[in-house]
Amino acid sequence: MKEILEILEGNARLTAAEIAVMTGKTEKEVRDAIAGLESSGVILGYRAMVNWDRTEREFVTALIEVRLTPQRDKGFDSIAERIYKYPQVKACHLMSGSYDLSVVVEGSSLKEVAMFVSEKLAVIDGVLSTATHFVLKKYKDGDIMFEGTEKDDREAIVL
Amino acid sequence: MKSPESFVRDEIRNLPPSGIRKYFDLINEMEGVVSLGIGEPDFVTPWRIREAGIYALEKGHTHYSANAGIRDLRDEISSYLKRKYNVEYSGEDEIIVTVGASEGIELAMKAIIGPGDEVIIPEPSFVAYKGCVSVCGGVPVSLVLKEENLFKIDPAGLKSKITERTKAVVIPFPNNPTGSVMTGSELEEIVKILRDRDIIIISDEIYSELAYGFEFRSLATFPEIKDRLILVNGFSKSHAMTGWRLGYICGNADIMKHMYKIHQYALMCAPTPAQYAGLEALRNCDDEVAGMRAEYDRRRRYILNGVREIGLKCFEPQGAFYIFPNITSTGLTSDEFCEGLLRKEKVLVVPGTAFGECGEGYIRATYASSMENIKIALSRMERFINGL
Ligand SMILES: Cc1ncc(COP(=O)(O)O)c(C=O)c1O
Repeated sequence: MKEILEILEGNARLTAAEIAVMTGKTEKEVRDAIAGLESSGVILGYRAMVNWDRTEREFVTALIEVRLTPQRDKGFDSIAERIYKYPQVKACHLMSGSYDLSVVVEGSSLKEVAMFVSEKLAVIDGVLSTATHFVLKKYKDGDIMFEGTEKDDREAIVL
Repeated sequence: MKSPESFVRDEIRNLPPSGIRKYFDLINEMEGVVSLGIGEPDFVTPWRIREAGIYALEKGHTHYSANAGIRDLRDEISSYLKRKYNVEYSGEDEIIVTVGASEGIELAMKAIIGPGDEVIIPEPSFVAYKGCVSVCGGVPVSLVLKEENLFKIDPAGLKSKITERTKAVVIPFPNNPTGSVMTGSELEEIVKILRDRDIIIISDEIYSELAYGFEFRSLATFPEIKDRLILVNGFSKSHAMTGWRLGYICGNADIMKHMYKIHQYALMCAPTPAQYAGLEALRNCDDEVAGMRAEYDRRRRYILNGVREIGLKCFEPQGAFYIFPNITSTGLTSDEFCEGLLRKEKVLVVPGTAFGECGEGYIRATYASSMENIKIALSRMERFINGL
């Protein structure tokens, strides 16, 4: 199970038949295992890692530190939900330390992101403060290096 | 006047050039070649090891080290061997840090082998053994390993090669180029033959970390032969550190003190920054090593299945990162197969004959290459075979 997940996390396009060969299992075993992982919500989806910086698309990303007042009975969860349901929010984590939520927001311009923060995030009940940090450059994300990947420059034949 | 070349010793002049030279020339003129011909990891050295090497440079560890290697590293090798394989060698006087396992092999041969001494070398195998024996004026005695024995040493075969001139035997498992291995109980049979004979055993365990589906056992765990055993190992394959040139050799202190002199005169010491990197490798990189092993294992199953599906007979290799398919069904010689495959389909594999005459009928393909490369190579190989 763990091995199948590790393999798929590295390359989700491998077929069940290929994974079966690589792990020494039967194709059916792999197919069933993957179906189980999907239905139990361990595998949430499959998608491409896109480096949008290499495209024409104009966009900005910001990491926003949000401080909250926890609510009776619900803690931070319900405020977090009101925040992460916005499609502009790409990631949202509850943090230990000097702030509570780390929120990643994407928009087409600085202004758009700033407006989103001031008009949508900051005004939510229970939000005490926000601090917005714009991303200047993405070096690595989701285990993938966006810069400085190493080419295979070995000699073509070595005994 | 004598020609310049005539000054070169006979033993050296008579060394045959490498069997793969023509492939170098061929690929120089080609583009888009997918190579499964490389005997080294495709992984770059794990970052924490590289970082330790960089830090060593920053701190100014740019001088010669102690000849035998920095003491911390020798002690770390000692505890690594104990921790991993339950093998005991003292960092004090039983371990020398070498310039790759290659130097270890050379040191052992130079210290032990003189003119006329016979060295039993299982073949097909890594080319350096035979070469080093010849350089020393010794006589390499080929012990042919057979596919029907899964390229393991069969005890009777070994016995039949021993004469009163036999000075040493090389035991090279997990094996390059076959990927064959010997398990603990199989080694026991070999030990039974060697334990009562005055023969040095050179065990090349450079692929010890790359064993799949069985537990690797070091020959140094057999007390009956340990005094006459020279253990060669290193960082190149296990930690993907080929370019750092770092290895080590272990043995009885009374042998080591003599090898030490050769090492001192010829090399002074292994590269010092590399030694610091090696320290990090042994101390903190078990997870990285396990990760690479797991990846090799997946590719091993994949490529084995692939070559069998395209109709080649192939025994299951359980070590290193090579497969050694039998290509006699194609009607081609190893060399014809490899040259044809390269010219027609731009896939490079190595003819078995590069590892000894008995490698005829086989090719070596390495799976120390990305899964994508392996896939492409397999499909091109299939097209090549179908087009014959
Ligand atoms: C069996 C065997 N021994 C030794 C070596 C040499 O390794 P090193 O890089 O440590 O000199 C190799 C390298 O290909 C090998 O295959």
